Amino acid sequence: MSETKVPPRDLNRFVAEIPYARFLGITVDQKGNEITTVMAFDHKLIGNPMLPALHGGVIGAFLEMTAIIQLAFETGSAAIPKPIGLTIDYLRSGRPLDTYARAQITKQGRRVATVHAEAWQDDRSKPIAAAHGHFLLKTSEEPAS
Amino acid sequence: MAAEFRMTPETMLAMKDMLMQHVPHMKALGVEIVDAATAQAWLRVPYDEKLIGNIETGVIHGGVITTLLDNSCGMAVQLAMNEPTSIATLDLRIDYMKPATPGLALTAHAHCYKTTRNIAFVRGTAYHTDAEDPIAACVGTFMLGANRTVPSSVAAAKAALEATAKE
Repeated sequence: MSETKVPPRDLNRFVAEIPYARFLGITVDQKGNEITTVMAFDHKLIGNPMLPALHGGVIGAFLEMTAIIQLAFETGSAAIPKPIGLTIDYLRSGRPLDTYARAQITKQGRRVATVHAEAWQDDRSKPIAAAHGHFLLKTSEEPAS
Repeated sequence: MAAEFRMTPETMLAMKDMLMQHVPHMKALGVEIVDAATAQAWLRVPYDEKLIGNIETGVIHGGVITTLLDNSCGMAVQLAMNEPTSIATLDLRIDYMKPATPGLALTAHAHCYKTTRNIAFVRGTAYHTDAEDPIAACVGTFMLGANRTVPSSVAAAKAALEATAKE
C-alpha cells in the first residue's frame, strides 16, 4: 500500500536470519512489492493431533512474523520491529497444509505502526485467522519482546 | 469418544510428563506443565536458541509467548469444564510489556474466570519468576462445543493412557 522507500531487500535472507522463523519453516514469496509469507506444513506445528489442526499459537506467531516482514520491507529498517500488542481472530481451524499470509500496514507513524495480517490455506477467500497489531519501530528500551 | 474422561487438575498433574509428548508442537518447544488447579493452568517453556526472534539481542520471538499463552488458556478452559468439551480459540489479545530475558525459561499462567453455555473467558500472564512482573499479558475467548472432536489435552491424555496400557 505505501511505496517502498528503499530498494527491495532480500526478504528470504532477512527471514532466514531469524532462528524462530526457521523453526516454524517460514519463507517469503516476493513478487515485486507483493509479499506473501509461506509456512510449510510440518508435523511439529500440530496443536491438536485428533483433528488434526495447527497450533493456534503457531498461526498467531506466523501472522506476527508476516507483519514484521512487511514492516521490514516497507520501512527498510534493519532493526526488527517489536510487538506492543497483537489481537488474533481465529476464523477456521488450521488444517495440516501449507499456510500463507499477507500483511498490510494500516498506519505508519514515527514510532508505532499499525498492521493487519490475514492467513489462509487452500482458499484465499476463506482466511483461517486474522490479526491486527501495533509495533514499535525504533529501537528503544521500552515495551515489547 | 472420551466422554467418560474428565480433565481434572489431579489428572493433569499426574500425567504432566506424558501429556505434552502427545501434542507435537508442545513437544517441539519443550513445554512442560508446571501446575494445575480448577480453571487454572501453569506452563513453562525453556529458553532455546531456536526460538530467538532477534539474533542481536537473543530475545525469544513474541510468537513463542503467544503459543505458550494460547495453550495455557486452552488448558485453563478445560480445567474449568465439568465434562470434556471441545474448544476453539475465538480470539486472543496479547500485550507485550517488556522483552523476555535471554537464557531464562518462560512461565505462563492462565485463569478461565468465566464460562457461559457457549463461551469461556480467560486471561493470562507470562513471566520469568515473578508473576507480578509480567513480560506479556493476554485476554482470550474460547468457543465451547466448537466441534465434535475431543479437546486436544483430553485427546493427548487418552493417547497417553492407551500408550501406557499397551506397555
